Amino acid sequence: MIKAKMIKRQHESLLVDIGVPIFSILLAFIVSGLFLYFSGYDPGETFSRMLKGAFGSSYAVSETIVKAIPLMLAGLAVSLAFRMKLWNIGAEGQLYMGAFAASWVALSFGDLSSWVLLPLMFLAGFIGGAVWGFIPGALRGYWQVNETITTLMLNYIAISWVSYLVFGPWKDPASKGFPLTPRFTLSGYLPSFGDSRVHMGLLVAVVIAVLFYLVLRYSRWGYEIKVIGESQNAARYAGMNVARNMVLVMLISGGIAGITGMIEVSGITHRLQQDISPGYGFTAVIVAWLARLHPFSIIVVAFLFGALLVGGFGIQTFGIPYSIVLMLEGSILFFLLAGEFLRRYKIILVRKEEQ
Amino acid sequence: MKRLPVIEMDGITKSFPGVVANKNIHFRVYPGEIHALLGENGAGKSTLMSILAGLYRPDSGFIKVKGEKLEFSSPRKALSAGIGMIYQHFRLVNNFTVAENVILGAGKSLKMNKKQMEKETLKFASQFGFDINPSARIYQLSLGEQQKVEIIKMLYRGCDILIMDEPTTVLTPHEVNDLFNTLRVMASQGKAVVLITHKLHEVMEVADYVTVLRHGEVVGSTPIAEVDETMLAKMMVAKEVIFNEASHPLLKGDSILELCNASIFGDQGHLAVQDLNLDIKSGEIVAIAGVAGNGQRELIEAIAGLRKLHTGTISLDGKVINDLNIRQRLNLGISVVPEDRMGMGLVPNLDLLDNIILRTYYLEKYSDGIFIDYKSVRKLAEEMVEDYNIYLSDLNHPVNYMSGGNLQKLLIARELSQKPRVLVAAYPSRGLDIAAAESVYNILLQERDKGTGILLILEDLEDIFRYADRVAVMYAGGIQKILDADKTNIDEIGALMLGVEYVRKTS
Repeated sequence: MIKAKMIKRQHESLLVDIGVPIFSILLAFIVSGLFLYFSGYDPGETFSRMLKGAFGSSYAVSETIVKAIPLMLAGLAVSLAFRMKLWNIGAEGQLYMGAFAASWVALSFGDLSSWVLLPLMFLAGFIGGAVWGFIPGALRGYWQVNETITTLMLNYIAISWVSYLVFGPWKDPASKGFPLTPRFTLSGYLPSFGDSRVHMGLLVAVVIAVLFYLVLRYSRWGYEIKVIGESQNAARYAGMNVARNMVLVMLISGGIAGITGMIEVSGITHRLQQDISPGYGFTAVIVAWLARLHPFSIIVVAFLFGALLVGGFGIQTFGIPYSIVLMLEGSILFFLLAGEFLRRYKIILVRKEEQ
Repeated sequence: MKRLPVIEMDGITKSFPGVVANKNIHFRVYPGEIHALLGENGAGKSTLMSILAGLYRPDSGFIKVKGEKLEFSSPRKALSAGIGMIYQHFRLVNNFTVAENVILGAGKSLKMNKKQMEKETLKFASQFGFDINPSARIYQLSLGEQQKVEIIKMLYRGCDILIMDEPTTVLTPHEVNDLFNTLRVMASQGKAVVLITHKLHEVMEVADYVTVLRHGEVVGSTPIAEVDETMLAKMMVAKEVIFNEASHPLLKGDSILELCNASIFGDQGHLAVQDLNLDIKSGEIVAIAGVAGNGQRELIEAIAGLRKLHTGTISLDGKVINDLNIRQRLNLGISVVPEDRMGMGLVPNLDLLDNIILRTYYLEKYSDGIFIDYKSVRKLAEEMVEDYNIYLSDLNHPVNYMSGGNLQKLLIARELSQKPRVLVAAYPSRGLDIAAAESVYNILLQERDKGTGILLILEDLEDIFRYADRVAVMYAGGIQKILDADKTNIDEIGALMLGVEYVRKTS
């Protein structure tokens, strides 16, 4: 009788590190493809349409980058918290609070020059998100309140708060009833590259990724994050202040998610409105995991997910529901988490003697 | 009257890589009997009972239950033969009620609603004199009550033989009394109870029969009426005369570390250490002998600076250091090798470089304030690996993949690299094979000869006699007595660490 047996890995395996994500994506496409097939759609055509929608023209590529920028930033934001094993799934809410704070600056001080206004909006965006990260961070650090729940719940408060503003006090009287604030003045617009919609947010994301890389790999604070994430007992033994570091990490994680919100309102919508994010904060969780929390990989993976989003918009015109994209995202994460198991164990076949 | 044994274990042998946990063991339990299985930590008690409960399979030997030869391939099989084991960590669903925990999974649950389950539980529990609220949820109960639920659960599943693994460790004295009464009631109804323990007075108080294990072998099996505590203590600890390697021309210097009337709270909010007095001089090894759980962990954490003293003082070179934190104490020369090697002393998923600077990464030597200077860390690591003969494949591999002996050497090397005045090491040879343990002890002996004061927390008496200059016996949170290693013997220490008054034979 041949039996499969799991044994603990003695070494890390590069093959598994790279193979699992690729295989997860592949499996996700197969599962979603089967689903499409049984729903009466042609999976091959659907996927090739998505591919074309995302990369088929220079406009398509630029749209893909536009969608990738917030995913990069939000992905970096959550990855920082994840490194400390703090499950910040509140990037969506932190993004909205950042957008709210940046919009307040843009709407209140619109006559400042961009050289002053944009940095102010940037700072406000950071603070807005940071506050939204600080609350669950402090609750977790000092009172052991589960941050997964609190960050998730705070999302809804932030989204509702922005809805309230754009439906109520901040609504543009000239918007003919649409829930929008007035447009920012031009000095509140984030500059773009040439005539494309690709804006400076891309540079911000890359700079933050480089900073992350340096800090996490070589700095003292990065070392503390690593140790606390791995073992709180060892961190105590090393004399680190665990609670304070948790709060700090959640604050910065939230702050960067807040910057994402600032960049969306300043670079794309140029006003605060509902639905500034089609769930970037949630997709960012998958992006960060798929990239194994590595800052440069996050940039690459975010680009792929940007393509998925844009490709998904493309197929709607052919009557295929957009939900297929959500399904793809979900199943990628599913297979990825299942694949974590293979990083720790390998499966071998053994001949089992009959007894 | 000749009764038939309910359990017969014959010729049971079980070995794990590197150690024989059970050697040709014969073990019998009769119905209506409370049978204590006594032995030090690591004597093989838990292994033997895990075999009986179906968790392990013996390498050789067989088990008979009520005269019938059975082979257990899983705990479920053992349970259906009437054998239930209650572990120190209870197997209960915290958010479920008592009734649900007792009845769900016993096979009759689907036909009952909540009310019926509670009624059934109440009825069943009262047969054995249990007083418990069936609608209470587990998390609302004290540990003693949770243990009752475990017992009821096992009885409800039809167990005639109940194995309890150190059942009193989590209980208050009052609850211990309660438990013993319960056990007596069960025994009077014909159930058999096996009590795994290392506490002598419990054996004397509740057991009818006692079997003593040492180093995986049965050293005695007798009715309780025929023994006393001193005899049991002697049976538990080894008898061979051991050569004391530590006896050397003592260069004992002045006291370095002193604890005066120290009391320390444990995690459960009780005083784990009370009025403890201890001093460590330069150039000596002081060993703390004692059964685990008598306040050793709290004592180490208090010396390291991870736990505050409730009362009393701790001083280094005559200066009180009660208010210093762990980093300040390290800088003054208190190095600590914690008991939990992988959970506290090292970070398993980080590489050797990161582990080497765990306690010093913030110092100027390794960091300019913002960045860590990995070049100098690497140099230090290479020296350490060379000096202490640490085997590893790559400095950048997670230390997880290193062997236990090398990990312990790494840990000790790191602590010694701070040139400490005092080194505290908890169970430094635990889990190591003989060769690795020896090389660890050699490092410690060399360090002592350089004048460092060393405090070892040990449970193995042989090691204590081999390496210590003085032995401090710890029991119930205090130091019973401090003895010179060459002026005492294993019987005396063994008795003291079990809380028994030792009477020296006058010859």
